[in-house]
Amino acid sequence: MTISDYLALFGGMGLVTYLPRALPLLYLAHTTLPRWFEDWLGLIPVAILSALLAPILFADPGIRNLDFGRPELIVAVPTLLFAIKTRSLGGTVLVGMLLYWLAGIFLNDFFTP
Amino acid sequence: MTGLYKKTGDCETGRNDIAAIIRQGAGAAWPICLGYLPIGLAFGVLARQNGLEWWAVGLMSVVVFAGSSQFIAVAMMASGAAAPAIIATTFFVNLRHTLMSSALAVHLAGIRRRFLALFAYGITDESFAVNMSRFRDGRWDHRRGLVVNQLTNATWIAATIIGALAGSLVPPGAFGIDYALTAMFICLLAIQIHGVVYVLTAVAAASASVAWYILVPGDSYIVGASILGATAGYILKKPVERRFSGRHP
Repeated sequence: MTISDYLALFGGMGLVTYLPRALPLLYLAHTTLPRWFEDWLGLIPVAILSALLAPILFADPGIRNLDFGRPELIVAVPTLLFAIKTRSLGGTVLVGMLLYWLAGIFLNDFFTP
Repeated sequence: MTGLYKKTGDCETGRNDIAAIIRQGAGAAWPICLGYLPIGLAFGVLARQNGLEWWAVGLMSVVVFAGSSQFIAVAMMASGAAAPAIIATTFFVNLRHTLMSSALAVHLAGIRRRFLALFAYGITDESFAVNMSRFRDGRWDHRRGLVVNQLTNATWIAATIIGALAGSLVPPGAFGIDYALTAMFICLLAIQIHGVVYVLTAVAAASASVAWYILVPGDSYIVGASILGATAGYILKKPVERRFSGRHP
């Protein structure tokens, strides 16, 4: 690919990524939102986080099927408890990483004869 | 609360100079940056293996700045897809940002459009979630939010370029770093739960998301399940609040 091919492709991708990010903000930040819409938007962060997380924890990404035994889910339980207890973002990230790393070592040893 | 902070301009330490804004922004951004490092490095390595030069990797990260769609684009380029198909796919993968941009608008009401145009560039799943939880606390403003956006953006660009240049120096899965963003989402979800309605919203969105993920190929599950979950929570809000407050109108 030439430089202009790259520029055309990335420019197109950048445009269709930027507009959904910018247009609602530019418009809605200067409008009075109806009460119900503001209430509904208030639930959007929880809904998005939950929708992003759930398949990572409860499904196998390879075959896209339910799987309740993945290390991602097992590690999520103590990670969630730590998050509720401390409410520390950085601490939770580090604890989650440590547990996931340990789970990888432990589960590998467990399953290799 | 929010109004009070807005009027006085006070945040956390009560200081409002640029150094304090950057320090507080960085304090909120670093878990995201930590999570972006392995993903950015992996993306750089993958893109390089598929024939993109390091400067093309950097250019893509600067212009697009959207992790998942960048991975998809490289995979599509490798399989010989045409530019219009890649651009159309990018559009659908990133459509979820309209929801985040709309939700952020509540907290950025009345801010100059030029600032918002810059702010919008840095809206990602991660910066959105971190900024929203801070805005809810009432100790946050648009400038600190912008610092989060720009720092995470810079980390992503740098990580992808380093990945393209240095190849696979970092062993895959080192120190559980693959779990950084998942752990961050778990904590952000825990922080954002402010009552029964939020729990119901989360459960509805999670169930819808898993079902949609299994049944429908592609990435539409994020937007679809978020809208379903928030709508279910909104519908349940009145009856639930009536029941839990113990009063009937």
